Amino acid sequence: MTAPILSIKGVRKAFGSHVVLDDLSLDVHPHQVICLIGASGSGKSTLLRCIDLLDEVDDGVIELDGREITDPRLDANAIRARIGMVFQAYNLFGHLRVLDNLTLAPRLVHKVPRAEAVERARAALARVGLAGKENAFPDELSGGQQQRVAIARALVTDPAVILLDEVTSALDPELVGEVLELLAELKSTGLTMVIATHEMGFAREVADEVCFLHDGRIHERGTAAQVLDEPREQRTRDFLRRLHG
Amino acid sequence: MSGVREDVAGADRPGPSAAPWTPSDRQVARDAYRRSQTRRSTWVALVSTLVITVLAVLGVRATPGWPRVKESFFNASVARASLPKVAEGLWLNIRVMVVCAVLIVIVALLLALARTVRGPAFFPLRALATGYIDVFRGLPLILVLLLVGFGLPGLRLRGIPTDAVQLGALALVLCYSAYVAEVFRAGIESVHPSQVAAARALGLTRGQSLRHVVLPQAVRRVVPPLLNDLVSLSKDSGLISILGAVDAVRAAQIETAKFANFTPYVVAGVLFVLITIPLTRFTDWLARRSGWLAAQGGLPGAAIR
Repeated sequence: MTAPILSIKGVRKAFGSHVVLDDLSLDVHPHQVICLIGASGSGKSTLLRCIDLLDEVDDGVIELDGREITDPRLDANAIRARIGMVFQAYNLFGHLRVLDNLTLAPRLVHKVPRAEAVERARAALARVGLAGKENAFPDELSGGQQQRVAIARALVTDPAVILLDEVTSALDPELVGEVLELLAELKSTGLTMVIATHEMGFAREVADEVCFLHDGRIHERGTAAQVLDEPREQRTRDFLRRLHG
Repeated sequence: MSGVREDVAGADRPGPSAAPWTPSDRQVARDAYRRSQTRRSTWVALVSTLVITVLAVLGVRATPGWPRVKESFFNASVARASLPKVAEGLWLNIRVMVVCAVLIVIVALLLALARTVRGPAFFPLRALATGYIDVFRGLPLILVLLLVGFGLPGLRLRGIPTDAVQLGALALVLCYSAYVAEVFRAGIESVHPSQVAAARALGLTRGQSLRHVVLPQAVRRVVPPLLNDLVSLSKDSGLISILGAVDAVRAAQIETAKFANFTPYVVAGVLFVLITIPLTRFTDWLARRSGWLAAQGGLPGAAIR
């Protein structure tokens, strides 16, 4: 097997006395799609935020491409520039048109000339099936379209890994499908993704590996079929049973 | 900065369910590095402040006219002699400011509400409030002061004050309430309609929604700009001196004439600054303490490095 692109080793994160991540370890290999499942508050989002250095870990190491990124001596912005992040609530910049949302980071952070940035942005938009929406403002789009723009915004800088934080939780049910379809499509192009999700059907379909988080630890990890259909751990069984009513 | 904070949080942090957590060597080194960075930033701030202060002082003292300016603007004995009178004048400014601030908030809120009421029956009210705000935001404060100060007593109406302080205060309230009303209106309109929908869905009347749901959020949101207006008001209270009221500015003028020296003006200036700085800090503190900013969707602090 290839070397992991992302390696999380013994990470701990607490907010006050509440321990959110407890000695958590996880390897992500290139072209792998990993789905994190677990109840609200199990630490899925915090893990993603720690990987993108939006939160500082309290202990442990995160490595990107074999190099530690949790060292406070490093330039956090340069590291974030190599990681894509998609948020639950899209977090598009409301004052910018779709195209400008996509060209912002390439131009400011990656110093791509404007013409080339526009070209890449158009390509990314086409990739998420939104060619022609370049001049729309985010609030003129549906929730599903906005989230697809947000995914394109993460894609456009060609990151080593893309983190997706419950990207369908804020969507109406009929709009969930288009986003999940897009993610399945992107998987086939070889992207590396870590996805926190409540959509078990989706996890079953796209995940190379499913991790069940509880109280800041990975309690069970394996293929989607194994974790979701034949869970070994009692906690996983309890969680899945509650989910299915 | 954040390293230190985390240490404090870590100190009283009980470990997870079983084994208590002790930071790894790597984490200890990270925390030490963050602390050293914090210390370094503090030193850089101190040194740069010192250097700039020294350069500024030396720069001013090197100007050819400095000895004469020092004598006529920064004369210690004149400052001491004029301080009691100027401070007495400032007390008038403070009283005017406090009374005006209260009146302004009340009038401004009423104006803002008048501008936001719906329904055709309220058109005259809306139009009146809008007209008032248009006029008094457009008029220079000094003109309003002169017109009110010298024009109103000229009407010789019974019950109209003739005292310069009261007339000056009236002019301040007239002008400022127009500004502040617009601040309140912006706050009211910034509260998301979903809040009203939720309140109405609970059965609250339009008025109850406004009073218990919209206004509390609107007022919190506009505290910083309101304070800005309050600081502005504290200085503009000095303008009532043109009507003859003996406030800090007028007292400084009198003292300046008495000593043939400009130091009393500097004294008055320092006193004005001294009252506005705590005001600003107080509001910042108030906003942080109540978690107002976080409640308004702002992230607490600049957490992201």
